[in-house]
Amino acid sequence: MAKLLEIEHLHTQFFTSAGVVEAVNDVSYDVAEGETLGLVGESGCGKSVSALSVLRLISWPPGRIVGGSIRFLGKDLLKLSDAEIRRVRGRQIAMVFQEPMTSLNPVLTIGLQITETLEHHLGMSDAQADARAVELLGMVGISDPERRLKQYPHHLSGGMRQRVMIALALSCEPKLIIADEPTTALDVTIQAQILELMKDLSKRLGVALIIITHNLGVVARYADRVNVMYAGKIVEEGTADQIYHNPHHPYTIGLLASVPRMDQHRGKRLVPIDGQPPDLTKLDNGCAYRPRCRWAIDRCANEIPPLEHVGDGQKAACFRSHELGDEARAVS
Amino acid sequence: MSAQAATAHTTRSPRSVEKGETLLEIRNLKKYFAVTEGVVVHRTVGDIKAVDDVSFTIRKGETLGLVGESGCGKTTTGRCILQLERPTAGEIVFEGTNLERLDQKAMIPMRQKMQVIFQDPYSSLNPRMKVGEILGEPMRVHGIQPDRAKRHKRIAELLAVCGLNPKFADRYPHEMSGGQRQRVGIARALCLNPDFIICDEAVSALDVSIQAQVINLLEDLREEFDLTYLFIAHDLSVVHHLCNRVAVMYLGKVMELAESDELFDHPMHPYTRALLSAVPVADPKIEAERQHQVLPGEVPSPINPPSGCVFHPRCPLVVDSCRAEIPPLRELRTGHWVACTQV
Ligand SMILES: Nc1ncnc2c1ncn2[C@@H]1O[C@H](COP(=O)(O)OP(=O)(O)OP(=O)(O)O)[C@@H](O)[C@H]1O
Ligand SMILES: Nc1ncnc2c1ncn2[C@@H]1O[C@H](COP(=O)(O)OP(=O)(O)OP(=O)(O)O)[C@@H](O)[C@H]1O
Ligand SMILES: [Mg+2]
Ligand SMILES: [Mg+2]
Repeated sequence: MAKLLEIEHLHTQFFTSAGVVEAVNDVSYDVAEGETLGLVGESGCGKSVSALSVLRLISWPPGRIVGGSIRFLGKDLLKLSDAEIRRVRGRQIAMVFQEPMTSLNPVLTIGLQITETLEHHLGMSDAQADARAVELLGMVGISDPERRLKQYPHHLSGGMRQRVMIALALSCEPKLIIADEPTTALDVTIQAQILELMKDLSKRLGVALIIITHNLGVVARYADRVNVMYAGKIVEEGTADQIYHNPHHPYTIGLLASVPRMDQHRGKRLVPIDGQPPDLTKLDNGCAYRPRCRWAIDRCANEIPPLEHVGDGQKAACFRSHELGDEARAVS
Repeated sequence: MSAQAATAHTTRSPRSVEKGETLLEIRNLKKYFAVTEGVVVHRTVGDIKAVDDVSFTIRKGETLGLVGESGCGKTTTGRCILQLERPTAGEIVFEGTNLERLDQKAMIPMRQKMQVIFQDPYSSLNPRMKVGEILGEPMRVHGIQPDRAKRHKRIAELLAVCGLNPKFADRYPHEMSGGQRQRVGIARALCLNPDFIICDEAVSALDVSIQAQVINLLEDLREEFDLTYLFIAHDLSVVHHLCNRVAVMYLGKVMELAESDELFDHPMHPYTRALLSAVPVADPKIEAERQHQVLPGEVPSPINPPSGCVFHPRCPLVVDSCRAEIPPLRELRTGHWVACTQV
């Protein structure tokens, strides 16, 4: 499938009193048209910053994109003028955040927020925008859309607000939606409703999705391909099947062994990853996962392992990934 | 760790309840919160039925899971057990003592036996106290270790038991990671030698790799100190892993209660079935084959809960009688209780 988004050597830093935070540290990946990419990793590993960087929503100070390129439909987003990137945002690439309350304007009705977007980006008339807004709310499963359009965000439940956010994201028929923990704040049955909705719409409308989450189950259910992030870098990349059934990076292996699974025997003891993620202001010239890695060797302290092919489109950033396979599978 | 555990328990009083016997019994517990209107003169306009006629028992040594969606009354149930909330009706019997009948003074030794670990390691610890004080203060107040030197030794032991360096006694909560803070919360719950601990979303805020460390710790401590847990959580995978029995709540009521394996292998209540189906499993092959039953609608407001069975507006099996009559919990298989007339 044709490449929609191509990120190369993206590097985003925060300049804080505690030092320079290497939030996104030489990240490269692609998103094909219409596919769903899962971005997983622990809190603070750079998932949100990497997504915000795509839309150049990193504010200075303290943050800055210091290097790399982000090609979207052939154009480098990092080279666009401010006016040009604003036209890309919302129009071609939309975002859905964890907490819809912070992205919806509390003093405007739902209707006004949607129609304003339609009029601004697509130049629709009031009447056209009203009709389209009703259609959009229907599409995301909100009943009685005419009445809902007159309501304010605080009148709606969390799940309903997230549906509105998705309607807003879809309003300009974007090519790509970046959903940053879109359901983390919601109950499981509502989470399932929202994710099924997003997946269904993405298939029907051919919109590519980047789902950012720390929930390995969500990724297993919804993603075609998966990027695993650790300490600002992608450490493994592959299809969902490869990542879950043939992981090649010790961190991926560790993650899979640490989640309790409903489909497995209850008595099975979890295998946690010892220690904690590193301080992103104090990275050295070695692999950032090394202090927690049971397979670390001397070389890992002196060289950063590059993300390299390990076969069949799968990539891993580990000097020992080729040796790991079997032993790793035995552990997880 | 065993040697430490032994010293940690020298102050324990002999236990009256044996493993497997009923430690805690909750009978027909109700907790209603008044909904008021008006700024100067408050008028009660209705009740939030946070917990509405809930009964269950917890046996010594077991872990009972309490699951259900946000607002279904899990935390309120826990707070009523700890007497942090005065029940509207019902009884809570702990080690044979009816807590409702105890006065403040008689409650103090009971408090010591029941502890709680909260979800949020960031806000549940006093930010102005060092870890050593956070653990030492309750011991001093309850007269558990009046001697200062011994108390310090005990704090060091507790930290070690919870996998923390004893030097952390001199740190403030903000100088620690989320996982470390949660361990301090666990150490604090242990410092009074409790029999029973309520874990209210105790691992929910943690990243998976850290969450696994804390889950293993809770398992080890349960073994080591003969603890009984009420494990409140919305993450069903964690509940499945950690609990012997599970109660599923919906809008203030228990919908289903069974042994963990039984509940996860043979869920009977339509709500439990939907809930389990909504939880994604971390395996794309299994996910590709699984039925995804999506439950329509949202959890109704507990202020005006639906008549009859509170689940009926979202229920795929609903019949007329469900709108009128509250289904009682019936034992459909041994130890497997279901509040539904249609299964
Ligand atoms: N405004 C900021 N100032 C300083 N550091 C920041 C800022 N925003 C993010 N960071 C740092 O950048 C790193 C990456 O943050 P990011 O928000 O991308 O993490 P994440 O993977 O999305 O985590 P989570 O799962 O918690 O949302 C973190 O270490 C974070 O502390
Ligand atoms: N002090 C209070 N005053 C009024 N209403 C309350 C109070 N405490 C809880 N409630 C209400 O009682 C209901 C049950 O709340 P509770 O906190 O027990 O739910 P929960 O199952 O723990 O939910 P969560 O998963 O979100 O923690 C909710 O509707 C809540 O708004
Ligand atoms: Mg984030
Ligand atoms: Mg709660």
